[in-house]
Amino acid sequence: MSDLLAITGLRLSRGQREVLRGLSFSVRRGELVALMGLSGSGKTTALRCVAALEAFDAGTIALESCSLSPGPVPPESRLRDLRRCVGMVFQLHALFEHLTAIENVTLSPIYVHGLPAAQARSRGTSLLDSLGVGARTSAYPRELSGGEAQRVAIARALAVDPPLLLMDEPTASLDPARRGALTETLRELVAEGRGLLVATHDVDFAREAADRIVVLAEGSVAEEGSPAAVLANPSHQATRDLLQYRPPPNK
Amino acid sequence: MSTRALLPALAGLCLALPAPVNAASTPGPSAPPLVWGGDAEGGAPYVEADPADPTRVRGFDVEVAETIARGLGRTARFQQVQFQSIDASVERGDFDIGLSGVEDTPARRAEHAVTIPYFEFREVLAVRSGDLARFRTLADLKGRRVGTLAGTIAYDTLLARRASDGLEVVSYDDDVHPYTDLAEGRLDAVLLDNIIAARSLRRVPGLAVEPEAVSTGRYVGVLARRNATLRDRIDAILRQAMRDGTLEAIYRRWNIWDDSEKAFLEREGASVPAAPAPAPLGAPAASPWAATARYIPALLAAAGVTLVLTCLAMALAVAVGCGIAVGRIYGGRWLAALLAGYVELVRGTPVLLQLFVLYYGLAAVIRLPAFAAALLGLGLNYAAYESEIYRGALLAVSRPQLEAARTLGLSEWLIFRLVRGPQALRLALAPMTNDFVALLKDSSLVSVITVVELTKETAIFATNIGSWVIPGILCAALYLALSLPLSRLARRLERRWSIA
Repeated sequence: MSDLLAITGLRLSRGQREVLRGLSFSVRRGELVALMGLSGSGKTTALRCVAALEAFDAGTIALESCSLSPGPVPPESRLRDLRRCVGMVFQLHALFEHLTAIENVTLSPIYVHGLPAAQARSRGTSLLDSLGVGARTSAYPRELSGGEAQRVAIARALAVDPPLLLMDEPTASLDPARRGALTETLRELVAEGRGLLVATHDVDFAREAADRIVVLAEGSVAEEGSPAAVLANPSHQATRDLLQYRPPPNK
Repeated sequence: MSTRALLPALAGLCLALPAPVNAASTPGPSAPPLVWGGDAEGGAPYVEADPADPTRVRGFDVEVAETIARGLGRTARFQQVQFQSIDASVERGDFDIGLSGVEDTPARRAEHAVTIPYFEFREVLAVRSGDLARFRTLADLKGRRVGTLAGTIAYDTLLARRASDGLEVVSYDDDVHPYTDLAEGRLDAVLLDNIIAARSLRRVPGLAVEPEAVSTGRYVGVLARRNATLRDRIDAILRQAMRDGTLEAIYRRWNIWDDSEKAFLEREGASVPAAPAPAPLGAPAASPWAATARYIPALLAAAGVTLVLTCLAMALAVAVGCGIAVGRIYGGRWLAALLAGYVELVRGTPVLLQLFVLYYGLAAVIRLPAFAAALLGLGLNYAAYESEIYRGALLAVSRPQLEAARTLGLSEWLIFRLVRGPQALRLALAPMTNDFVALLKDSSLVSVITVVELTKETAIFATNIGSWVIPGILCAALYLALSLPLSRLARRLERRWSIA
């Protein structure tokens, strides 16, 4: 199967600090890749580069129908193809606070892709339905629970049906039961043929949900492989540190 | 006789030690000075700062005050006071007597202890020289714009003839700008005292005074009502000065002496103290309640002017303020610097000054109608403040919200219109309401450029009936009636839009 996303030799410095040092890995269709590593290892930065939110200094990011090169982030007018094939779910959802769930979901279809409002609405509603938040279409973000807000954010990112979905720390604000439900949802998305790239340091989640794990250490790949191989038999100190780490309990 | 009303008469408050007034006290070197109040902004020949020594004043009112002080065996000490505040200030004891071209009116006689008149003036019409043959009397000015100083007999005269002669009355806070506006064509005539007219004709070219006076009036000294005994002694001193030629000498020195003044002084000097005061000009003193009933329609109309002006100025401020905020955030370095400069300039200078410059300063280039100048002045001033609110609100929209919008493919403009703008508006709403209410009250400043709004109409009303109690309460009630619903509406919107 061809690569949906191929990152090659990605480098990025912030001042004196090298955040990414020749990062290379790929994501295929029908695959959930967990991008793991401790804080500061470059997971989120890598996602932001793929979403063209951040400029990088060297390397390439290639998608099926477009690519990004080093240098300043291109203007939005030249990112149309990228926006069509990459969706992103932010760590704290970043739902538009002044819009209802369905308005969040239909914003891009209506205003960017010119879909008639009624059509966008009915598609948005069934998308929210399929993610289990069909009853919350007219709720504002402040009225949603953490799990509900995350599902609405996933629906918003999927509204124009991008083949690649990026997620940043999706389990950070979920309790274990919700985490199980999220895993189920994400597996369904993968089964539909999408590629998912999920930045996380949640080992349990990665073990259950991921097809492949890429462990980052200091801006490059420390090791990668199936969850069973990587987590049961870590070959790199970074992976061992990760297995030691337990996130603070949720409030 | 007039004032530019630029500064409240704060000076009067500093001198809260009125000389104790005791008619029986023996004059002597230890006698306290006679403190007299006048407005040096009114200028020559009444009271003006002495060019040779600006800490001193000179003028015929200064010399009349010195004559009175001498007669009382005291020295005269000048107290600066805003012309429109003379009556209120003398009553609260800031000084012993007010002398600054103060007119003899029924209301003043009813409310204060007033001296015999010491000078008779004529209300005359000034016109552009070319109109000398056209506008001989008020009747010739049907449908024309006639200016005068607010709160004077001339103003009341014009108001009384507004209905019958179809005049458009324009009120000023000072006696200089009516004549410059006349020369520039903003007015067709100015009705004011002949002394002021003569002075202005020397300053402003191209004007002439109609020979036929519209009416005559008299200047008096005004004392607190409780000081009637001192007033009687001053009356005697004034009569003596009329008979012995002291006043004539003063008036000759200041070039305001003529045959009719001679006749007036002879008549007045010969009058006996018991004689009833001659009926002064103006409407007879009515009861405050009757006067209030008469003024209510005018106050309501003025409240309407305030409301319309405030709403339009706010609309302008919001539109321009948005433009400035967006320009500073999205525009290039030069545009941002230019706009920041505008904001600093406008915020750093008084709105009163800006109104003067817009209306009078630019008159040579563009002659804005008064209301338009008021609207522009307030709107552009408040735009600077609004722009800072919007800029702050736009910058307060969190980065993830904007990045989420970008990942959805929204263009910069769509992000502004659909995400950043609406969220910023909710943040800006409370400070905006605050500014709207502040603007409602700041709109009272536009009376300096002849727009009569609620505060100005109240001041005119108060001058007319000689008391601030009823006009003040009515005015406050009207302002509250305008601002409270607005605050409520804003609170309701805030609740509805609140971001948890």
